[in-house]
Amino acid sequence: MIAAGAAVRVRDDWPEARGKVHIRTPHYLRGRAGTVVRHLGDFPNPEDLAFARPAARLPLYHVAFDARSIWPDAAADELLVEIYEPWLEPAP
Amino acid sequence: MSETRSHHDMGGVSKFLCEPIDTGAHALTDFDREVDAIRGLLGAKGVMSVDELRRGIEAIPEAQYHRMGYYQRWIRSIADNLIARGVITEAELAEALR
Repeated sequence: MIAAGAAVRVRDDWPEARGKVHIRTPHYLRGRAGTVVRHLGDFPNPEDLAFARPAARLPLYHVAFDARSIWPDAAADELLVEIYEPWLEPAP
Repeated sequence: MSETRSHHDMGGVSKFLCEPIDTGAHALTDFDREVDAIRGLLGAKGVMSVDELRRGIEAIPEAQYHRMGYYQRWIRSIADNLIARGVITEAELAEALR
């Protein structure tokens, strides 16, 4: 479990380039640094449910990102996105 | 790196920022309601999940995807899922659409 307040980075991984997948992690967050806000609960992995495969329950988090760190022209704002644990790694 | 994104993964893509989004309520057509009801029934009977619906929508080829409306994408995904699962055949679908 990742604690609230932990600095994380979204894995810079592109499974869609390797074959048929269903993923819930938006392209614009890959490789981006954010902060875990809260654990939302554990839910069956939609990446498996989408193919009717047995799905392990995975921790889901609200992760906050600085909008200007993603889009330099953006107004000062915070992005709050739901991300499953396997997509997160500790920020360096 | 964003060139690697799937075509349906449109969040934050500048080409879609050129026109303001219509955030008003949209009236539902009978077609929309029927598609939604079919999806609900298939889910309740355990035939097909919303996750499978989404995967099927994302698998629609890009050119067709952008021409289709919201519930048109749904019914295309439902049809593809039901054929892949053997619930209906392509021949039965073609016959029903004649």
